[in-house]
Amino acid sequence: MSTSFTSMTVSELQAALADGATSADVTRTYLDRIEAEDGVLGAYLHVDPEAALERAAAVDASGKAGTGLAGIPVALKDVVVTEGIPTTSGSRILEGWKPPYDATVAARLAAAGTVLLGKTNMDEFAMGSSTENSAYGVTRNPWNPERIPGGSSGGSSAAVAGGLAPWAIGTDTGGSIRQPAALTGLVGHKPTYGSVSRYGLIAFSSSLDQAGPMARTVLDAALLHEAIGGHDPLDSTSIDVPVPVLAECARRGAEGDLSGLKVGVVRELGGQGHTDGYEQGVLDRFTEAVALLESMGAEVREVSCPAFDLALPAYYLIAPSEASSNLSRFDGVRYGLRVGDDGNHDLDEVMALTREQGFGAEVKRRIILGTYALSSGYYEAYYGQAQKVRTLISRDFSAAYADVDVLVSPTTPTVAFPLGSRVDDPVAMYAADLCTLPASLAGVPAISVPCGLSDGLPVGFQVMAPALADERCYQVAAALEAAQDAARGSRFLDQLPRRDAEPVGGAA
Amino acid sequence: MSTDTLVDYDQVLTRYEPVIGLETHVELGTASKMFCGCSTTFGAEPNTQTCPVCLGLPGSLPVANAMAIESTIRIGLALGCRIATWSRFARKNYFYPDIPKGFQTTQYDEPLCTAGHLDVEVDGETYRVEIERVHLEEDTGKNLHVGGATGRIHGADHSLIDYNRAGIPLVEIVTRPIPGAGAKAPEVAKAYVTELREILLALGVSEVRMEQGNLRCDVNTSLAPIGSLEWGTRTETKNVNSLRSVERAVRFEMRRQAALLDEGTRILQETRHFHEDTGTTSPGRSKEEATDYRYFPEPDLVPVAPDEEWVAKLAAMLPELPAARRSRLSDEWGITPTEMAWLVNAGAVELVSDTVAAGASPSDARKWWLGELARRANDAGTDLSDLAVTPAQVAELIGLISAGTINDQLARQALDGVLAGEGGPAAVVEARGLAVMGDSDELVAAVDAAIEANPDVAEKVRGGKVQAIGALVGAVMKTTRGKADAATVKRMLEERLTAS
Repeated sequence: MSTSFTSMTVSELQAALADGATSADVTRTYLDRIEAEDGVLGAYLHVDPEAALERAAAVDASGKAGTGLAGIPVALKDVVVTEGIPTTSGSRILEGWKPPYDATVAARLAAAGTVLLGKTNMDEFAMGSSTENSAYGVTRNPWNPERIPGGSSGGSSAAVAGGLAPWAIGTDTGGSIRQPAALTGLVGHKPTYGSVSRYGLIAFSSSLDQAGPMARTVLDAALLHEAIGGHDPLDSTSIDVPVPVLAECARRGAEGDLSGLKVGVVRELGGQGHTDGYEQGVLDRFTEAVALLESMGAEVREVSCPAFDLALPAYYLIAPSEASSNLSRFDGVRYGLRVGDDGNHDLDEVMALTREQGFGAEVKRRIILGTYALSSGYYEAYYGQAQKVRTLISRDFSAAYADVDVLVSPTTPTVAFPLGSRVDDPVAMYAADLCTLPASLAGVPAISVPCGLSDGLPVGFQVMAPALADERCYQVAAALEAAQDAARGSRFLDQLPRRDAEPVGGAA
Repeated sequence: MSTDTLVDYDQVLTRYEPVIGLETHVELGTASKMFCGCSTTFGAEPNTQTCPVCLGLPGSLPVANAMAIESTIRIGLALGCRIATWSRFARKNYFYPDIPKGFQTTQYDEPLCTAGHLDVEVDGETYRVEIERVHLEEDTGKNLHVGGATGRIHGADHSLIDYNRAGIPLVEIVTRPIPGAGAKAPEVAKAYVTELREILLALGVSEVRMEQGNLRCDVNTSLAPIGSLEWGTRTETKNVNSLRSVERAVRFEMRRQAALLDEGTRILQETRHFHEDTGTTSPGRSKEEATDYRYFPEPDLVPVAPDEEWVAKLAAMLPELPAARRSRLSDEWGITPTEMAWLVNAGAVELVSDTVAAGASPSDARKWWLGELARRANDAGTDLSDLAVTPAQVAELIGLISAGTINDQLARQALDGVLAGEGGPAAVVEARGLAVMGDSDELVAAVDAAIEANPDVAEKVRGGKVQAIGALVGAVMKTTRGKADAATVKRMLEERLTAS
């Protein structure tokens, strides 16, 4: 029983809890697994087994375990602020900081009765696509520990794929939920911008950041999304609409009837004339998945969104610009790291030394980029121009949605690449987000769902929908997942080499 | 402090024409801060009125204070501004420990209010001050630099920061350059801030206490040779925190700049600090290059789009503005503009008006507030409105005089009691036994005693030297400790000394 908890979906865990299993049992099983595996995977930055078990016991004692999400363990990306629990955003500059408050996402999950397993590793301040930019070490992909788990939510993806958490919260600025989900065989959804509260997410790029679910199935992702979604008066950009009904859409989608659904395949994302940088295996799995949708009754057509070609340069001006401002608060004055306060350095020097030593190379690169783009005399040419491109991308989406219900593309151009292979080539690293950036810039929802393996590694299928139509993402993803599971006769993650008996990577 | 050579003020004006401009920061009197729910009460223990938002903790987000936006629009309306239908907040990025986020949330190219004006009067002449913009932003924390000689960060041993003030809503009101004031430039500057303060008080949007930093001025001053088509290079004097200082700062800068221009030295466009004690300015931290604040629209806040109907409603509900009110009151009280100007300068218009409303005659009310009460305020070094006496109590005092219960001298004693917190005028009169003595036995006895004690004087009076009676009145007043009514005493003495 206890080993199977770590390969169950959350729906199955709910049933087990309702059936008499205790949250303490489930939690202990995950903690044991973390203890055994995380030395190799490096998915977590902070785990407090005692606190988790205490919390699980309290939920058991309340008699609520098994109702709703009560008693289900969860992992949070370390960008989510948690009261009294170390929160670093993967940065040295926040080492040791214990926030005095909870993010809305964390508070909602706590109120739902979930049990926090720990905080997961990430690229520093969510800047990266491989989790190699963490100040606290790399995270490895459970499918192949020599490969990256994606990023920036790579700790969350590795934890959920590796059986170190049943599900996890990630955040997505340019693809940081969808890309790691794709590379580890998970379902990951970036909600409509403004539909999940950003209060308590350590900001990277305010106009792009969104928290969302990372899970083993589409239904699980929908359940987690429902728990964290909805209006929050503490976030001015939060949209005041009712929490969407997503789990029900996922269940209905799994029935496999897509008749009448109009699906647009985006030419600029891996289509004719736009295959540079895409692996053939990825394109093949994508084509097969589109055919599967068609076989379920979907009406498929190709759609052109020319401005998508400009998404990458626009993103790498807007996100660093906002980041350069958002990260100004880390000056060593009030919290976190302080360097040089020895009586020999003045205020400016202490701030400079703190930032010099507290930030990693990628963060500095983006601060410099953003500072430059916002500078007087360059603002219009860079930031202003990028915002115009953003408008064009939104218009391309609107035009496309006039004809189709959803847009689809591969989630990433390639499968998980080897650790270290792109760390010295930022432009190659940035290209990992090629397919996910348009939805981020337009603020529309997008999901990644597994669509097969290439070279033994997972390939992700992306479904994008109009703003506030997140349920379409879940519906289409659930249909694809169900059809593939049926054809395979097993769940996608069941293909992951079982490692219950030995540590990841054999004799590590 | 300053070794600047100065040109005599009158000399400045023979050669140069000043242009001034003012940027005024007003802390709004909202109950909570601009972007969070923290209290704005002045004087609390340091860092007790803070939360993750106003401390700029990682992950925190701002939510704009609707009341602050409303107050800003009302200020704009009172200044005849155009109210934006679409307005945004922006980030002003710079590093300093008193801005917790590393940027100040303010407004840049899309302010709430633009293109207004304010007419001010100096010596009977009206000057129109054009208002360029009125925008909303957040205040910074307060630094306390410990251990240095100057109180500045340089040379300090360590610094303490109080974030209670961080995030208090701040409205910035910026004038366009004001040319043409000539010799009156310093007074126009002062009159503008004074009138602005009156408007803010009438709107009830701020307590506008300059000594608490509710109202802070930056004064721009430049000089150009008379007849020149171009304006000169301006300096921006900060830290000008009283009405009197506004005038002094402009005057000093004109005299200092004239001396430089006379010797052919270029004026540096720089920030200068005003020193209350010496009335001088000194250069701020020298900057090799201009700071680039990298303004961009604040992505954490949604744009503000004031509904036109709502703005029209706010405009309709504006209170009577000070200029209109003064003109109406001058008519009602039958006083000249100059007499009204005295009341304005003394900060007594509202006090007099309230006193009149409580039943006193306008002339009595003016007499008391500009006379005895102004003296008391001056002695105590406070504003009239800070005296511990209400307009209703002043009216009560005046009523007691009119009724003959007390005289002016007793009224001053009664006022002592009121200011000492002994209660209202009637209660103090009662408790201190200050009522004028009527034709009482006690007074008869005092009169008789005075005649008896001063037989020589009494004899002179009897002998027809009527003016000698004053000495006897004085004696009676002395023994009754002023409680007697001098006229009554005189009458009683006359009855006794002329009847026999």
